[in-house]
Amino acid sequence: MDVRVETTNLVEVRGCRQAYYKESNADLVVLDDVNVSIRSGEMVALLGRSGSGKSTLLRIVAGLLLPTAGTVLWQGKKLTGPADGVAMVFQSFALFPWLTVQENVEIGLEAQGVPRAERERRAEEAIDLIGLGGYESAYPKELSGGMRQRVGLARALVVHPDLLLMDEPFSALDVLTAETLRTDLIDLWSEGKLPLKSVLMVTHNIEEAVLMCDRILVFSSNPGRVASELTVPFPHPRNRLDPAFRQMVDDIYALMTRRPAPTHAPSKEAALATPIHPVSTNLMAGLLETLAAPPYNGRADLPAVAGALQLELDDLFPLGEALQMLGFAVLEEGDIRLTDAGLAFVGADTDDRKTQFAAALRAHVPLVAMIRQVLDDRGNHRASAVRFRDELEDHMSADYADETLRTAIAWGRYAELYSYDEEAEQFSLEELE
Amino acid sequence: MSSTTSSALLLGRRLPNVWDIVAILCVVAGLVGIAHVARGTMVPLDAPNAVAISLDPINLPNYAARTTLRMFAALAASLFFTFTFATAAAKSRRAGMLMVPILDILQSVPILGFLTFTVVFFMNLFPGRVLGLELAAIFAIFTSQAWNMAFSMYQSLKTVPNDLKEATYSFQLSGWQRFWRLEVPFAIPGLVWNTMMSMSGGWFFVVASEAISVGDNTWKLPGIGSYVAAALEARDIWAVGWAILAMLVVILLYDQLLFRPLVAWSAKFRFETTAGATGDDPWVLKLMRRTRLLGALGDAFGFVLSSIGGMRLRLLPARAVRAAAVPSRGVDAVWLLVLAAIVAFAIWKIITFCAEELAWNDVPEVVGLGLITMLRVIVMMILATLVWVPIGVWLGLRPNWARRAQPIAQFLAAFPANLLFPPVVVAIVYFHANVDIWLTPLMVMGTQWYILFNVIAGAAVFPGDLQEAAANFRIGGWLWWRRVMIPGVLPYYVTGAITASGGSWNAAIVAEVASWGDTKLAAHGLGAYIAAATDKGDMARVVLGVVVMSGFVLLFNRVVWRPLYEYSSRRLAM
Repeated sequence: MDVRVETTNLVEVRGCRQAYYKESNADLVVLDDVNVSIRSGEMVALLGRSGSGKSTLLRIVAGLLLPTAGTVLWQGKKLTGPADGVAMVFQSFALFPWLTVQENVEIGLEAQGVPRAERERRAEEAIDLIGLGGYESAYPKELSGGMRQRVGLARALVVHPDLLLMDEPFSALDVLTAETLRTDLIDLWSEGKLPLKSVLMVTHNIEEAVLMCDRILVFSSNPGRVASELTVPFPHPRNRLDPAFRQMVDDIYALMTRRPAPTHAPSKEAALATPIHPVSTNLMAGLLETLAAPPYNGRADLPAVAGALQLELDDLFPLGEALQMLGFAVLEEGDIRLTDAGLAFVGADTDDRKTQFAAALRAHVPLVAMIRQVLDDRGNHRASAVRFRDELEDHMSADYADETLRTAIAWGRYAELYSYDEEAEQFSLEELE
Repeated sequence: MSSTTSSALLLGRRLPNVWDIVAILCVVAGLVGIAHVARGTMVPLDAPNAVAISLDPINLPNYAARTTLRMFAALAASLFFTFTFATAAAKSRRAGMLMVPILDILQSVPILGFLTFTVVFFMNLFPGRVLGLELAAIFAIFTSQAWNMAFSMYQSLKTVPNDLKEATYSFQLSGWQRFWRLEVPFAIPGLVWNTMMSMSGGWFFVVASEAISVGDNTWKLPGIGSYVAAALEARDIWAVGWAILAMLVVILLYDQLLFRPLVAWSAKFRFETTAGATGDDPWVLKLMRRTRLLGALGDAFGFVLSSIGGMRLRLLPARAVRAAAVPSRGVDAVWLLVLAAIVAFAIWKIITFCAEELAWNDVPEVVGLGLITMLRVIVMMILATLVWVPIGVWLGLRPNWARRAQPIAQFLAAFPANLLFPPVVVAIVYFHANVDIWLTPLMVMGTQWYILFNVIAGAAVFPGDLQEAAANFRIGGWLWWRRVMIPGVLPYYVTGAITASGGSWNAAIVAEVASWGDTKLAAHGLGAYIAAATDKGDMARVVLGVVVMSGFVLLFNRVVWRPLYEYSSRRLAM
C-alpha cells in the first residue's frame, strides 16, 4: 500500500480500471491499473496513441465517467460525479452554437448561480485575457477554429477551476494556429495569469507535450497503462531547436516504438486477435518510396520523417507498424528501416508490387490468409463477411473488428486476393482473373 | 433526416408576393370550377350503391387488399406527377414562377373538404360505374401525397451540385440520360422519405374517401374505410375493433416489406463521399441482397430501368451554356400576358360564383368558426408539445430506447387516426361529455406522433461533446432545458410541429363531427361547418369553408412556422 500522504495532490487516481462488458468473451479492457497523481502547480501531459485510453482517463478525472474499479480522489475526497473546480476544454470545442461568445463563456457561471453583473464582469475578464475582446456578440460559427478554441479556453477559465483538463485541444487546428495558441497559453501560464492550480492535457503530439508540460505520462495501448513517466527539466520559454529538447523528443519516440519482448510465439488464435489499423496501400507505397530515396536511403529518424511528410504521430505509427507487420520495414529505437522485401517492393512495377504485397499479406496477416483459404475451399468461392466479423468480435470491440475487417478488404482488393460485394457483404473470387 | 415540410419552407419567402396571389387565385378558381361542374350534374346520378358492405370479419383481408391497392395506384399517380410537374417547375424559369407557389398553396388546402366534388366529378366521367368512385378515391389519396413529394423533387433538382452537372455536360449525356443518371438518383433519398410521410397521410384519406355521402346519396367502395362506416351505422364496436386490427396488420406489412428496405436502400444515393455510419439492413433488404433468386429478380428489374434511363433521347442539341443568358423579353411578355388572362378569368369565375351563391354576412360567420378551430389547433399543439417534447428528449438521449421507440412512433404516425375515433365517440355518447371539448383531442390523435419522432431524432443526434460540456460545467435543471436541450432539438421539433399542425387542420373536417348510429355529434368549428355543408350538398358554402380554412393554414404557416423554422435553421443548426 502506498502510505505517502501528499496534501498538495489535487487528484489521486488509484488502481483505476475501465472495462467494457462483452457477452461472448473476455471484457474489453481500456484502462488497467492506472495510478496517476496531479500535484498543485504543474502542467501534466498524458501522451499516447489514439485508442490508448488517455481520453477515457481524462473523463474519469473530470467525473464524467465512473471507473469500473479503483478510486479517484479529488482534493482528498472521493469523486462520484462532475467535480466542482474542474473545467474541461474539448478537442471539438463543444461550444453551444446557439449562444454567443459571451453567453458561452458565462454558461458555467450561470450554472453556479452567479449574479448577472458579476457574471458579465468575470466573462469579460476571461475574454480579454484570452484575446477575444471585440468578439463578445459573435456566434461560434462566425469564428475560425483557433478563435473557437479560445472561446473554449475562456469558458473553462472563467469558472476559476483548480484543475483545467484539455482533451487534445490543438489537434483540430491547423499547424500555425495551434502554435500561436500554445505559445499564448504557455506565456499566460508561466506568468501566473491563469486562475488555475494545475493543468492536465491529453495529446498525441510528442513535441507539444515536451514544449508545454512539466511532466509527461506516456501511455501504452491495449490495455492502457502508464508505461513511463518523464520530467521535463527545461525552463519556459522552451526552444524547439535546442539540442537537449530534440534529444528528449527523440527519446520519447524511441520509448513509444519499443516493442515489449514477445513472451511466447503467438498462437494462430492470438494472431487473429490483433487489430489492424486502417492504413491505405497508397500511403504505404509512398512511405516506402520516400524511405528508399535520398536523403534517407533506407533508414530514417521517425521525427524527421514525420516532419518532412507532415504526418502526425497518430498517422505515422500505424503506418510504420503496418509496414513492420508485413515485413517491409522495421521500427527500432525511434528509427524506421527498410527491409530487403521493402526494397524489392519499391523496385517493382505495379503488377509485381501487387504479387509481392499478396505474398506478404498471406504470410503475415492471418485474417487475410484465412479469408482466402475459406474462399478457395468453398465450391462456389463465396463467403459472407459476417462470419469473419463475428470471429473478430470474439477478440476485440465491435469498432475495432469493423476497422480490421475493412482494412483486410481494402488490402485484399489491392493485392487482388479476393473481391468484395459491399451490398451483399460477401467475399468472392469473382472478377479476379 | 426529415425534409418533409422543410423543403417548402426553405424557399424562404415569408411575405406573400405577387406570385402567391396569382397562385391563390388560380387554386381558388380551380376549386370553384370543380364545384360548379359538380353542382350542375348532381341530381341525376344513378349511384351504384348496390355494393353491400358485410361486417363479417372474414371479408376484412379482401377489403384491406382493396384499400391497399388504391393506395398504391395513388402512389403511382403521385410519382408520375412528381416527375413531370416538379421537373417542369425546376427546368423552366417561367413555369417555375407560377408552379412553385401553386404547390405551396395546394399543400395548405384541406382537400378532405373537397372529397364530395371530386367524387361527383369522377362519377360524371364514368356514369353509373364503380370506376368513377374508384378514381375519386384514388384522386383523394393522390391529393394528400403528391404536393410534398413534388416539392422534395423540386428542391433536389434545384440543388444538384454544379460539378456533377458539369460532368454530365462534358460527357455529353442527353437530357433524358442526365435526368435518370444524375437528377433522379440525387433526389431519391428526399423523395423516399417524403413518400413515406405521404403514405402515412394517405391512409387517413383512403379511409375517409371510401364512404362518401352527399345529401341523401351514400356511396361505398369495398374497403376498410367503408367497413368502419358500416360498423358505425350498425353500432357494432367489435367490427370497429376488427378493422383497427386489420389496419395494424396492413401498415405493419407495408412498413416492413416496402418502406424499411426502401429507406435503407435509398441511403446509397445520399450525397456524401465519406462512408457514413449506416444502420443494419432491414431483413427484407438482406433477403433481397443475399438470396440468389430475389437478387436476380432485382438485378433484372434494375437492368430494365437502367436501359430505359440510358436511352440517348434529347430534346435540344447539346450546346454550351451561356454564363449570363439574357432571358428573352418577348417570350416573357407573351407568358405574362397568358398569365394575366388566366388570372382575369379566375377572378371573373370567383366573383360570379360568389355573387350567385353567397352573401357578405357568410364571411364573418365562417371566419369566426375558423378562429374557434384555430384555438383548438393551438391548444392541442401546446398540449402535445408539453407531453411529447420531454418524453422525446428522454428517449432520444438513450440510444437503446430511441432505437426501439422511433419505429413505433413512425408506425403510429402512419396509422389512420380516423379508425380510432369511434371508441372515443362511444365514450363521449356514453358519458354525455362536452362535445366542443372532448372531440378536440381527435384532431391531434394521428398527428402528435410527428412531434414525438422528430424530437427523438433531434435528441438522438445531439452531440455528445455538448452533453459532456453541460455536465462538466454542471448545467442542470431549467437552465439545461433553456440553454442546452431546447435550442438543440428546436429545428427538429419545428419540422415535426409543422406537419402535425397542418395535419390537425385537415383532421378537423372529420374530427369535429362524429356519429354513432343515429346519434350525431358536432362541435362548433370550421371543420364541422364544412362537413355540414357537404352533407347538405351546399357547394358554395363548402368552397367558402375550404378557402377560409386554406387561408388560416397559410397564415399560420407564414406567421408562426416559417419564421420559427428560419430562425432555428439559421441560429440553432449544428
